[in-house]
Order: sequence, then structure tokens, then C-alpha cells
Amino acid sequence: MRNRLLIGTTLALMAGSLLPVLTNVAAQTPASPAYRAPRTPDGKPNLNGIWQTMNTANWNIEPHPAGPSPVRDLGAAGAVPAGLGVVEGGEIPYLPAARTKQQENYANRLKLDPEIKCYLPGVPRSTYQGMPFQIIQSTKHIMLIHEFAGAVRTIYMAEQTEAPADSWMGWSNGRWEGETLVVDTKGFNDRSWFDRAGNFHSDALHVVERFTPRSAETITYEVTIEDPKVFSRPWKMSMPLYKHVERNAQILEFRCVEFVEDLLYGHLRKQPAK
Amino acid sequence: MKPAWASKRAARRRLLGAVAAVVLAASVAAAQTPAPRTPAAQTPSVQTRTYRAPRTADGQPDLQGFWTNSTYTPLERPDGVTKPFYTPAEAEAAIKLAVQRESAQTEPGTTADVHYDFSQFGLDRSQSLYVRSLRTSLIVDPADGKIPPLTDQGKRRTAQRGEEQKKLGGRWDSAESNQLDDRCLIMAGPGPPMMDAGYNSNYHIVQSPGVVMILTEMIHDVRIIALDPSTRSGSPPASSTGDGRMLVDPKIRQWMGVSRGRWDGDTLVVETTNFNAKNPFRGSDENLKVIERFTRVSDDTIEYRFTIDDPTMWTRPWSAESAMKKTVGPIFEHACHEGNFGLYNTLVGARLEEKNAAEDALKKGAK
Repeated sequence: MRNRLLIGTTLALMAGSLLPVLTNVAAQTPASPAYRAPRTPDGKPNLNGIWQTMNTANWNIEPHPAGPSPVRDLGAAGAVPAGLGVVEGGEIPYLPAARTKQQENYANRLKLDPEIKCYLPGVPRSTYQGMPFQIIQSTKHIMLIHEFAGAVRTIYMAEQTEAPADSWMGWSNGRWEGETLVVDTKGFNDRSWFDRAGNFHSDALHVVERFTPRSAETITYEVTIEDPKVFSRPWKMSMPLYKHVERNAQILEFRCVEFVEDLLYGHLRKQPAK
Repeated sequence: MKPAWASKRAARRRLLGAVAAVVLAASVAAAQTPAPRTPAAQTPSVQTRTYRAPRTADGQPDLQGFWTNSTYTPLERPDGVTKPFYTPAEAEAAIKLAVQRESAQTEPGTTADVHYDFSQFGLDRSQSLYVRSLRTSLIVDPADGKIPPLTDQGKRRTAQRGEEQKKLGGRWDSAESNQLDDRCLIMAGPGPPMMDAGYNSNYHIVQSPGVVMILTEMIHDVRIIALDPSTRSGSPPASSTGDGRMLVDPKIRQWMGVSRGRWDGDTLVVETTNFNAKNPFRGSDENLKVIERFTRVSDDTIEYRFTIDDPTMWTRPWSAESAMKKTVGPIFEHACHEGNFGLYNTLVGARLEEKNAAEDALKKGAK
């Protein structure tokens, strides 16, 4: 009895300490907890469809004002749109040296941002990079197929294993928690970024994503980031995903390798004989 | 057509890009999937089938899982072979010869030597599961097992392509003048039509209502095949998963075209058009239409037939038959471009050789 009381008090205290966190997230992406998604034929919440974010997180996941284009010739077309940020609390809790590295990344972003080289975007950047992605849901596997660079994630719902090696898109195991698809991803390399502002991680990155349907055409997407080599504590992002409702919506090819060959290898081109 | 040594060298070059991923995947496959001892996939398609494919939760024939189309059977019938099927002994001998050719080593100390042992890392096909067949060619129509003759327009187009390639310069002059696989743009696996890729010919099929997805291991290329709603079983999905009746505008051209599927009984029929013709299949052009038929004929075999229809290139359509055998997953990320040191280093090497040659010429001139 006494033990039960103690546990009860502890839980209440924990809930109390979590409360500000929850309100903050809710303020950004109002959830509708009563919503129950349509079911797939095997009885799971149906997330099938083509989804896309509607924010400026790929420019900078932290709050940021509008700014000029990093490439002069692109003028206003390449300028940075302002964004309220998707990081809970506004600021990423970097370790001091890591914040310095992020600032260096930002200063050298045209040379260093893997997106510019058409490299696989990593996670969770692939979600909010700006292009659509399709969720293809089966009982054993849920596939996320991204238009950018044809990036692919396989989420193992059964037969779950540890990552066999490090990779750009990580190794994802998923589970259902009521209405929510929870995806646990590890096994990352240290080469992808979170955005164009140089926000980064190490190979110790651990990402937990929560996909919760909030209406027929929106999903609340929440991410917890953990990386003790780079951040002083775990931190969260949240944003809605919007479903494409056009009848002919489909993922098209964006095979960008072709578009960056001159940038990456142009200096190695054979020069005409003098 | 490329000589055999060229494609083999290309295969080795490709390896330099993504060697770690390749080695991992290949060794996993080799460890888990011993080569079958019995000939398979020699299913003449007009036979009475008693097998009924399992069903997905929404009632589609279930093609899901991990598959390989790795095979030693050539697309075209070899010269000098005049029959469609080998005897089992002849088939064994043909495979043995092919394995020998594939595993032959470059000579150390020569320019051909890339310090890479194709057999050492389990990258030759014979060390993993592969599709065995008594067929002498994948092509079943025309009956001679050969690609039919080009039309006059097809001949002109082929010549024009040769000129365009010449203008780009020698293979090592730039990234753009190099081969598509060396550039990590696309490989033979995803097609369509889907072909043996030399190694890593592995695929993952996932189905959801209205959609069949095929992930190719090579460069993680994905085919999302939207099904014609009228042939779907179960309730139709939300519209955004695509609509089989809708074709995209002919202005939209893609490397892998645009695919639409439907169920014809237990057979998945996929039609693909809207190719950009940058990755010609045996010389095909942008009017190419590929019709594929996937039929699960046993727990571990999908029969795969395809028809190539490009009236501007060939005097008649032609068809081939192959198979996919069930293999063991998972499929690991094949980040080809991200690790393409091979392309970078060969370009650096070519420029260095030119510099050295120019300096040598100067020295000779000075003497």
C-alpha cells in the first residue's frame, strides 16, 4: 500500500516535470487525441499516402529570420524564408564545442552541406527536406520512399535486428503504440546534417520518431534526438505532415547525382590541348 | 555492344564506389543462401498451374519478401547454339564456363590489374543464390533467341548516339563521358525490365492496398507501381497513393519511366512508358514500352516475363522470360554516389597520366 502510494507520487511528480514539455509541443502542433485513423486491412492505423511538410525547417530547424541567398546570382529566388523553428524550446542544447562546429559548418555550408552534393539526407532531415515522400505500409515492413535522391527507409516491424553497419539513413525498427507509429533508428554515420544551417550530429545519433494521425489528412510528427557526443541532453522537434490529396499525386524521380557532377568533378575534366 | 571484358571491368570499377556495403551484403547473402542444386525457373508458362499464391491482408496475390534475379543465363542465345533448351549436363557445363570467366583474375602488374579479386569477396554470382535454367537465352521470342533487327530509323538513331558519345570525349575525359554505372546514376537491376545486375541482384517487394513497391539493392532504386483501381481487391485506398488509370504527361520523362500495374488473375502486369532514353535498354529509345508479368509460381519462385516494344527501334516486339528466387534479407543501404571514390580517383589518375605524358614529351623535345 505504502509502496503503491510512493509509486503514485513519483509518477505524479514525473508527470509534473513532463508537463511543460508536452504543452510546448502541443502549442506547435495541436494534437487531436480523440482522432482514430482508418485502418489498414490488417487492422493498423493507415498511414499510406504521399506526405510533405510545410515549413522552413530544412533551412534551419532553429527559429530564424529571413536572410539573403547564399548564392548571389539566385537573388530573392534563393533567399532564406523566415521560420518559427521546429525545435522544442527554440534552441538545440549543443555542447559548447559542438555549437562552435555548427557555426563553422554554417560559414562553410556551400562546401559542406551534404544536400548540395546530392548525398542521402539522413534522418530526420529526409522528412522535412521539402520534397514529398510516400509511406507504403505492410505488416512486416513500412517503407518511406523520398523523392530527394530516391532516399529509402525500411522500417522493420517484425524480425528486428541491430544495425549491421553504419549508414546514411540509419537502421529503423518500428512498433505501434495505440494510434502512434514509433520508429527507433540507430546505426547512423556522422556525415548527414539536420538542415542547411549546419546543425549536425555524430555517429552516436539515436532518433525516435512518433507518427500520430491527427486527421484524415494530417499526421503529428514528433522526433526525439539523442547524441551525447554533440548534445548536453535529448531534445525534441515536432511538426505536422500534410497529405497530398491530388488524384494523380505521385513520387517523381529526382536523380540529382546527374545535377551535381559538374560541381563535384568538373575540375577534373580533361582540358582541351593547348 | 560492349565486349565482355569491358563490362567486367566496369563491374569492378563500380565496386570501388561502394565496396563496404557490397561486401557486407554479399557475404550475408553467401552465408545465408546456399546455391540450389536443382535447376529451377524452367517453367514453360503455358502449363496448368496448381499453385495458388498466398494472399495479402487486402486479398492481393502476395509477392512480398526478398528476391534475387541473379543468373548466368544470357539475354541473347550464344552464337553457335541452335536450340532453346540445354540438356541438364550442357547447362551445368555452360554455367561452369561462365563462372570461370567471371572469376578469372587480372594479371598483377599490368594496367588491367585493379588489385581486386572478384571471387574473394563473394561477388561472383556463383557464391550466392542464383536462378538456374535450362534455357539457352532469356529471350523466348523471336524463336532464335536474338534481339530482332533494327528498323532503318533505329539504325540512324544508333549511329547518332555513337556520334553524341564521341562528342563527349573518351571515357575518362570527364564524369559525364563515363558509364552510367560508374557514375552511380543507375545500374542494370531496377530496369524496367529488371535484369541481373552482375552482383547484388537483390530486391525487396512490399505491397499495400493499391501499390506494389520494388526496392532494388543497387543504388536503392525504388519502383512504386500504382495499381489500376478496377483490378484492386479490397477497398480502394486514399487517392494520393496514385491512380492506375492516370498517365502522366508525355513531357515528364524519367530514367525508370512511369509504371502502372494491374492484376490479371494472379499475375501482376506492369506497363511502363515515359522513359527519358538516357539509359537505353539494348538500344531502346524514348518510345519504349515495357510490359512485365510477375507470377508467383511457387513459394520460392516468381516467374518474370517481359516484352520490349519500341516500334521506332525494332522491326518487331521481343520478349524474354526469367525468374526471381526467394532469398534472405535484409537489404542494406547501397550509398553508391556518396562513396564514389572510384570515379573521382580514375579522373584524377587520367589527368595525372596526361600531365606525365606532356612532361615526357617536353623532355624529349628538349633533348
